[in-house]
Amino acid sequence: MLILTCPCCGVTAEETEFHGGGEAHLKRFGPGSEDADYESYMFNRKNPRGVHFERWRHAYGCGKWFIAARCTMTLEVFATYPAQTHEPPAEVVTQIKSKRPDWEGFA
Amino acid sequence: MKRYSAFAIAREAFRQHKGWGEAWTSPEPRASYDVIIVGAGGHGLATAYYLGKRFGITNVAIIEKGWLGGGNTGRNTTIIRSNYLQDPSAALYEKARSLYETLSQELNYNIMFSPRGVMMLAQTEHEKRGYLRTERANALQGVKTRFIGPAEVKRLVPIININGPRYPVLGALWQDRAGTARHDAVAWGYARACSAMGMHVIEQCAVTGVESAGGQVTAVNTTKGTIGCKKLGIVVAGHSGALADMAGFRLPVESVALQALVSEPIKPCMDVVVMANTVHGYMSQSDKGEMVIGGGADQFNNYTQRGSWHHIEETVRALVETFPMISRLKMLRQWGGIVDMTGDRSPIISKTPLGNCFINCGWGTGGFKATPGSGWAMAELIAKGEPGPLAAEFAMTRFREGRFIDESVAAGVAH
Repeated sequence: MLILTCPCCGVTAEETEFHGGGEAHLKRFGPGSEDADYESYMFNRKNPRGVHFERWRHAYGCGKWFIAARCTMTLEVFATYPAQTHEPPAEVVTQIKSKRPDWEGFA
Repeated sequence: MKRYSAFAIAREAFRQHKGWGEAWTSPEPRASYDVIIVGAGGHGLATAYYLGKRFGITNVAIIEKGWLGGGNTGRNTTIIRSNYLQDPSAALYEKARSLYETLSQELNYNIMFSPRGVMMLAQTEHEKRGYLRTERANALQGVKTRFIGPAEVKRLVPIININGPRYPVLGALWQDRAGTARHDAVAWGYARACSAMGMHVIEQCAVTGVESAGGQVTAVNTTKGTIGCKKLGIVVAGHSGALADMAGFRLPVESVALQALVSEPIKPCMDVVVMANTVHGYMSQSDKGEMVIGGGADQFNNYTQRGSWHHIEETVRALVETFPMISRLKMLRQWGGIVDMTGDRSPIISKTPLGNCFINCGWGTGGFKATPGSGWAMAELIAKGEPGPLAAEFAMTRFREGRFIDESVAAGVAH
């Protein structure tokens, strides 16, 4: 069972209070884009073994979306941060690097 | 390979059962093979078996990072059925179900196929309409199913409570030739048959990389060295994303944990399989007497083969309402497997961006039932380089083209 801290309201709670929203920081492709780009945005996923950035919604709390950096091999949560960003904040990347030196970084 | 028979048992009884020998051999890998299958679970072994049996390709290695059948093949709830709504799914799963009927005889290995019947409960009006529609679709597809009323449900399953306050039983979609089989035995039987054809089943050998040149796979790097191949089949369920990453492409797949549990063994009380999709729970009784219970998948990506506790609680809470007698049972054990979920909850049997590399994945929460059919279709794809009629609709290009095989809507849940 995951324990997550909502960065919007500061509440720490177990996962039943949240709703998972899948891979974060997807580059969006809308009308007029190439089929391959649209397919990649809609369906294809990194699905990594290791560091994963994913969207969560504090469904039974403040209702806000946020992003969690988590390890899919150990379920360790490195950090959570607000969703208003296109890539993980530098301090989150540093924090993950300190715990996972082999991690190739966010790409 | 020693043939198993009543005479063999009698013969061995006279010599303290010392003459059985290994069911399959454990060879060191050769430098190269015609075909390498990554993943010695049910689907991978079935693929290899039908490559040999249908197409005469026996220079094959099946590479497994753990032990044979130790992934989802050994972790499912062993349900076999083919009552699907969409034509491509019904064709594939019914092919698999029909192969299960004679698989013990064909493999000379008792897989304990038990066509005890599967019922899918309709517990809301919406679900009832959905199953009536599926019943008619099945009639057109040649899959024998029947919608039965609550009285018949109660007759077949005396322990069920059909007047539950929240979810009364309004009927059920009943498939009487569906059932269960011994999951490990399916893998063991295929492995034994593959080994007898001269194929190499190589356990404890993890793939660490895929070598390619000019858009073609040339070899795989493994913990037992580099092994060359003319064709590569990837059949690794939850770890498909990792293998695809090594081969240089992405999949429309996410890996999540799915859990199951069994109760302490009790005397026989239910001789069919009951699925209750509205409440996300399904239950059958094993030959050992345990009530085998499966539930819903987690909502986040996970490779740990263990899931969240609350899913077990939700599943059991819902089933206790439908089967009040199980409230007294203790849980004996619980486990998880990593399932590969696609966007439309239907599998992928497909060519890949690499010309001689083929992938079979995305079975999500319902792959065991399809094992023989999946192997049948995948073997044809590998042997001919083009999909046959069973696999054609399951190409991964369907996501780009918008041709979903949308069983997740048909079943209301992952299936």
